[in-house]
Amino acid sequence: MAAYRYGYSAVLFILCGLSVFLVTNGQETILTGDDGAAAVDSPQTVTETAEQTAEQPAVEERQWEVTEVEEASPDEAAADKQDASAPETLVPPSVPRPKDDFQEELVIRPLHSGDIYASFQFRTLWETDFMRGNKVSHYRLFPKSLGQVISKFSVRELHISFTQGYWRTMQWGQPFLPAPPGAELWVWFQDSVTDVDGTWKELTNVLSGIFCASLNFIDSTNTVQPSASFKPLGISNVTDHRFLRYATLPREIVCTENLTPWKKLLPCGTKSLQLTELPLFSLQAGLAVLLKSEKLFHSSFHSQAVHIRPVCEDWQCKTTSWELRQTLSVVFDLHTSGQGKREWSLFKMFSRTLTDACPLASSSKVYIDITDNPEGEQFELIPATPLLSQAVVLGDRRTFSVYDLTQQITFGAVRSLNLLIRWKSTEGDMLRPLLHGERYVAGYGLQTGEIHTLMYNNHPYRSFPVLLLDSVPWYLRLYIHTLTVTSKAKDNKPSYIHYQPSKDRVRPHLLEMLVQLPPNSVTEVTVQFERALLKWTEYTPDPNHGFYVGSSVLSSLVPSIVAMDTNSTQERPLFSSFFPCKEESSYFVRVYTEPLLVNLPTPDFSMPYNVICLTCTVVAVGYGSLYNLLTRSFQIEEPSLGLAKRIANIIRKMRGVPPL
Amino acid sequence: MGLLSDPNRRRALISLLTRLNTPICLVCYMAGVAWFMGLAFEPFTLRTYMSENAMGSTMVEERFPAGERALATGREFAAHKKKVGGMPVDWLVKTMQARGLEVFTQSFSRTLPFPDENKERYMVKGTNVYGILRAPRAPRTEALVLSAPCSPGDNNQAVGLLLGLAQYFRNQIYWAKDIIFLVNEHDLIGMQAWLEGYHHTNTTGMDWSPLQGRGGSIQAALSLELSSDVITSLDLVLEGLNGQLPNLDLANLFYAFCQKIGVLCTIQGKLQRNDWDSVSGYSHAVQTMMLMVMKQASGRPWGDHGLFLRYHIEAATIKGINSFRQYKTDATTIGRLLEGMYRKLNNLLERLHQSYFFYLMPSLSHFVSIGYYMPAFGLLTVILLLRALDLWVQLTHIFTGRYLSIYSACIGNSPLLIKYVSSQQSSPGVLSVLTPLVISHLTGVALYTLPIRFQEMAVEHFPVSETEAVVLTAIAVYTAGLALPHNTHRFLSGEGTEQGWRVLKLVAVLYLAVLLGCTALINFSLGFILALTLVPVAAFVTPHIPKVLSAFILVILSPACTLLFSVFFFQELQEMPVSFQDGWLLYLSVISQGILDHFLYGSLVYPLIALLVYPCWLLFWNILFWK
Repeated sequence: MAAYRYGYSAVLFILCGLSVFLVTNGQETILTGDDGAAAVDSPQTVTETAEQTAEQPAVEERQWEVTEVEEASPDEAAADKQDASAPETLVPPSVPRPKDDFQEELVIRPLHSGDIYASFQFRTLWETDFMRGNKVSHYRLFPKSLGQVISKFSVRELHISFTQGYWRTMQWGQPFLPAPPGAELWVWFQDSVTDVDGTWKELTNVLSGIFCASLNFIDSTNTVQPSASFKPLGISNVTDHRFLRYATLPREIVCTENLTPWKKLLPCGTKSLQLTELPLFSLQAGLAVLLKSEKLFHSSFHSQAVHIRPVCEDWQCKTTSWELRQTLSVVFDLHTSGQGKREWSLFKMFSRTLTDACPLASSSKVYIDITDNPEGEQFELIPATPLLSQAVVLGDRRTFSVYDLTQQITFGAVRSLNLLIRWKSTEGDMLRPLLHGERYVAGYGLQTGEIHTLMYNNHPYRSFPVLLLDSVPWYLRLYIHTLTVTSKAKDNKPSYIHYQPSKDRVRPHLLEMLVQLPPNSVTEVTVQFERALLKWTEYTPDPNHGFYVGSSVLSSLVPSIVAMDTNSTQERPLFSSFFPCKEESSYFVRVYTEPLLVNLPTPDFSMPYNVICLTCTVVAVGYGSLYNLLTRSFQIEEPSLGLAKRIANIIRKMRGVPPL
Repeated sequence: MGLLSDPNRRRALISLLTRLNTPICLVCYMAGVAWFMGLAFEPFTLRTYMSENAMGSTMVEERFPAGERALATGREFAAHKKKVGGMPVDWLVKTMQARGLEVFTQSFSRTLPFPDENKERYMVKGTNVYGILRAPRAPRTEALVLSAPCSPGDNNQAVGLLLGLAQYFRNQIYWAKDIIFLVNEHDLIGMQAWLEGYHHTNTTGMDWSPLQGRGGSIQAALSLELSSDVITSLDLVLEGLNGQLPNLDLANLFYAFCQKIGVLCTIQGKLQRNDWDSVSGYSHAVQTMMLMVMKQASGRPWGDHGLFLRYHIEAATIKGINSFRQYKTDATTIGRLLEGMYRKLNNLLERLHQSYFFYLMPSLSHFVSIGYYMPAFGLLTVILLLRALDLWVQLTHIFTGRYLSIYSACIGNSPLLIKYVSSQQSSPGVLSVLTPLVISHLTGVALYTLPIRFQEMAVEHFPVSETEAVVLTAIAVYTAGLALPHNTHRFLSGEGTEQGWRVLKLVAVLYLAVLLGCTALINFSLGFILALTLVPVAAFVTPHIPKVLSAFILVILSPACTLLFSVFFFQELQEMPVSFQDGWLLYLSVISQGILDHFLYGSLVYPLIALLVYPCWLLFWNILFWK
């Protein structure tokens, strides 16, 4: 059995390796283009550009700007960043090279449902070494609180996200940065750490203080060590999952008290200036002025995250630097914003407009996704921008309008940028996301139940493997023998299963499976469970609300939409189109299912007095007397004889006659 | 208990209980009935109050403005329904999508065990349409349901109001739970299909397509029935499957909002009266409570909400009633009422659990909790225990009397011999008890299985429809059961003895006590009504009473006749008395409905009566004809 499993893990490893290869492969072409900083980044783009100009002369004055691939999903972005960021920070050698660098950007994607998706990314890159007990004491752009955490706890990689709401994949497509509802934390420690669990415990408590969140509720009962689902995103040679800890708190509610500390980590984030050495500038600047909690929490989805990882300094990767990436995604709802008009502006979204870039930022840009709107027939963008950029995001080639905030011309005469997106038509379909997942609890009653996880493969003809990670608390006792995986009404045998049974009050169940999803199918994973009866001190203060089970995680290499394009009638060089596999033939996607709320059998806590009285009475009266009756030995007492009889008996005894 | 361990005092107590057994039983029966009737007297009942803090005050500002538009949507829905000749699925999907909901459909089909003549359906095919309003920044863990059945005749206004509310709710930011707007076809069957699909269970063998969208665990549900543009009052229906009731806080919530908004509200179609001290006021309260008892005892869902209760979802049906009254309420007001209720339910932090699950309501503002009504039932069942004690004592007297005679006969008095003799004495007893038990239960099984099994055969041989065939077979099996046991009795080897019937009666009485006790715990009303009729039977029946008269009384008090009287009584309570002819037809349809409820929704009343209560009653019948 063990050999069997190792065989499959080898397959898995090859798969992961392949993904890295594919991604880096995709990267090289961009790098070559980047050096020239010209309008050419790959042959593909050339043709695209040619098409564009041919079709519409009006676009001619638009200029194509080259950008590195941004906002890919973490794994892809990981590989991206470590290479692609290098040329970006290359500056002429005459200028003394700054040790740290800050970039900010905002991507806005109008969604087909009329909602709008805005994603902020702030990246601080610092060429330093926290590892091996190196004392770092001078901080400039990198927040000191996080730097100290990294060096004290020997963290190699840290990913933390706080999310309020559930990403609706079927309406909104794939997010740039997926995150499960509630809080999620995963950390790779350095291999020098001996007591990983102890360090993890301390780290969660410290982070809980830094982010004002109840991360201190992370303990051994909700921490797992996934064997395959969470691989390091930065440069790393450690892949032993002993150094990985993963935990989610699906119950965590995210609000302004989490936003404020998150904003404080930004160089231009708050009014309290951390950097006294800098000349006085307007207290808040750049994109951070848009981060106003009254609007950010008036939305359908809110997710903020911090990712720290080591990346390569240049493409040769001689030195490493640390990357802190702060991201914030928010989806504004068309209907709840009032008036129901399909019109969005920066002011309507954030109740602020942009007036400048952050003075500390080396780059500050706003991107608008106009892929579905190449000729402006879907929506109108005011003010128009001449800058365009193209990037492959999540396997799809997207086009963006770019507003560079470092250029004064962006702000125009009014010295303020208030982007306006006005819909012209509500037509248009969204391409169905190729992978999405759903989960629910089946059954009724408080004794048993069944967890159903549905995985949809919407690709018309390609199957792909998916890694499913399920972490279920111990109080749902999984009957693992009832685990079934079916797709298209047939049994689908997972090629890799890693199951760690739970221990009551110590650790949760961990189930990881590699399942091949057939094309255009729904794969259903079911497992039955029994609801445990908790001890009375283990119930939460609101036991009738139910108990949460965290989202399951689907990680997969999904065939790219670009590769799905079989339409060979399109104008393109013949040499580029023979083999169907292109450079972006598959991309990494992580999908989270919804968390579950499960009711456990709950005693009635509202009347402890009645319960105590009743049980005491029952025990004392009922049981006590029954016990008494059962154990007592009964004897019939001889009735005492009268005096006359006694005398008569004595006489009879003397006569030798039997007594009366 | 010292009382029991002292043989003298025990003997005294027992002799008291056996000597005064009949008077005590009579007193208990009277007291039980009197207690029950007293429950409806207002000073003895509690006022309802909101227990759940999260719904504490009614300080919600209701702003729903679009009643007229909702009615217009309802008319549009009616037109489309007419055009399609059923559920206008496409129109509903489009309309819900336009209101910003995630819309899904579910198709289902079900072939009934026999045609339902009341609703004229046999092979049912339909589609449910539901739209989910996703709460902003909520992780899809909790949901509320608002449903409106799409029935062929009316209820268009309810669908219109549902869509109007969906549109209004969609524009609000404050939702913390997803709200599911469900339009179900074929009322309860559609609801059953949807609930089974949502929870992925299949308890009744229905075919349905799996649901595509879900909203997590459902916390509460309301079903809406409106068939006119304006209404005079709103009626709250609580009784669900197997007599389950939703948490009392749901009724309290409805009552609180009716008071706040100023809508007339009723329960069992009866307005509340203030003159509790007058005779008419009291009889009004008794009527309301008796209606609730009758409905609960029937064990059928009295509205679409009834099926939710199985899944531990608190649910109620709100019915709009338009009668000849001056004061009318328009759709906007009903919309505001529902908005208020949903905002309150939205505030829930935990499932509704604070208030009572077992209660009776003599009016909307008063309730009788389980602690108050259980003694009435307890007084009735105590009769059975007293009779059992009496029988036990008699039996031991007979035994000890025999022992003594044997004891005096054999001077050798070895305990082994006594054991041998006593076992010889009681062995025919065991057989004579077991045989009637088995036979009567087999009759029960026949009553449960044959009507459905033999409907085809019956239709072939007799000029009746399938439904009639089922009902008449049931009645035939029931009547045949009366003839069976005392005929088979002759085959018993150890012919009936005095001691034999006493043992049988002891077993039967204890059986009945356990049976009624368990029934009353699940469905108080059913247990109480059965106790009211079966306990006298169990108490008085012996082989030594006049046969014809007591047989007549026994039949009158049998479960089937209880049902017949209940039908008339129920009609009387509803102030719709029927002639005997109509009543008989109604009785037949009630039987067929009861059987259908069991097969379609899993109601337990039919199997309970057929498999347990009827055999138990047959045992007493057997005792009467003991020879």
